Amino acid sequence: MDLLDQLAETFLDWGEMAKVIPSLLTVGLPNTLILALASGILGSLLGLMLALMALSRNIVARWAARIYTDLFRGLPAILVILVIGIGLSPIARELTGTRNPYPLGILALTLIAAAYIGEIFRSGIQSVEKGQLEASRALGFSYGSSMRLVVVPQGIRRVLPALVNQFISLLKDSSLVFVLGLAASDREIFRIGNDAMANTGNLSPLVAAGVVYLIMTVPLTHFVNFIDHRLRTGRPEKKEPDELAAPIGKKA
Amino acid sequence: MTEFTSGTLTGKNIHLSFGSNHVLRGIDLHVEKGTTASVIGPSGSGKSTLLRVMNRLIEPDDGDILLDGRSVLKDNPDELRQRIGMVFQQFNLFPHKTVVENVALALRKLKKLGKEEAHTQAMEQLDLVGLKHKADVRPANLSGGQQQRVAIARALAMRPEVMFFDEATSALDPELVKGVLALMADLAKGGMTMVVVTHEMGFSRNVSDSVTFMDGGLVVESGHPDQIFTEPRTERLKSFLSDVL
Repeated sequence: MDLLDQLAETFLDWGEMAKVIPSLLTVGLPNTLILALASGILGSLLGLMLALMALSRNIVARWAARIYTDLFRGLPAILVILVIGIGLSPIARELTGTRNPYPLGILALTLIAAAYIGEIFRSGIQSVEKGQLEASRALGFSYGSSMRLVVVPQGIRRVLPALVNQFISLLKDSSLVFVLGLAASDREIFRIGNDAMANTGNLSPLVAAGVVYLIMTVPLTHFVNFIDHRLRTGRPEKKEPDELAAPIGKKA
Repeated sequence: MTEFTSGTLTGKNIHLSFGSNHVLRGIDLHVEKGTTASVIGPSGSGKSTLLRVMNRLIEPDDGDILLDGRSVLKDNPDELRQRIGMVFQQFNLFPHKTVVENVALALRKLKKLGKEEAHTQAMEQLDLVGLKHKADVRPANLSGGQQQRVAIARALAMRPEVMFFDEATSALDPELVKGVLALMADLAKGGMTMVVVTHEMGFSRNVSDSVTFMDGGLVVESGHPDQIFTEPRTERLKSFLSDVL
């Protein structure tokens, strides 16, 4: 029983958890959400651009997209965050006037996310039947308008589940900005749990931080499954037989 | 049916190659204003490609295309395609838009009509093909025949001068074919200039004003449907007709 008590004390010390929970929720959670949402949105925009470049007829654009994607998908996130966060910090300080590492943290997360999201968008856009582009062009739309109005919207719809997965991964990877050194008010969920653990020598604050991540990621995972299923089977609408054509067929 | 302001379409000596594959080897096709030309022939004879070249979805390597006697090869191809409606074998409706949005999209974005006006005109077109009551559903909830009628409405909404039908009934269940063919026959009677690539010999014979038989990228024989179907001159057409009839 001693061993179990010891384990419970190490991981499930309610007192230590209670102490850290207020700052986890009021400081850590908003910061994590800022990092993940900002880089998610910017990464989606950059990713869409990369996808369109990868699909363009211009060989230079295709190669640029290819190289970018290989680079940022092939590097560990923590390396990119460190290199950009530290390497560009003098420039960022001059531009923004602060030492806040968030702009560079968001930039690094954005660059990484864009590489993955670009591939997600590309596969989605490529999965749209060729007849869609042909029908749109036959109506008189230009290639650009056809892509914008007809092909890309369908492609994006198909990859919504993959996009949400990518967002889940951003929520978790946002923890890596701790390597850039964060002021007390800039700490996100992981760093707050980690600091509390270092101060107390007890792992319970990290367990609490983990629970906060899970509260966000588990529902999102199930939301992915839900929209995935919905996209596959369609909204439950009633299908009716062809009332008009059938009689014509019978009469003749 | 409404009145159409249709045009005369002419293709002259059209050539097209994909690499070493000579798909069209000098095709001539003339469709007089208000008439229907059907194009028949075995698979791979270049019929569908011919349609795509005549509205410049694919640019020809050589030859000329004339609308109302004027060459359109130097025009903006997007503007040319606004004047030629096209209906596809696989319907190709936009699945992310409702039926009425499918019809209204080009009216709003290309004809620059206001939302209300585009909607009104789209509803009129849907009424014409008997599908006004389906305006707000997605294409996936329609039968193939209904989808193809929506596709026809979508093309007609642009008030084209010529309509192309690329095997418009080939993907339909047999009981749905007649509804679409009846609609096409209505358009023909209404004076629309039409080029109909089809395997429906009954339609070709009874509705069209001229029949063009293609094989191997060439026009083998063309003429009035009575002549083509009752007195074929070439052995190739005779054997094709005996295979399909």
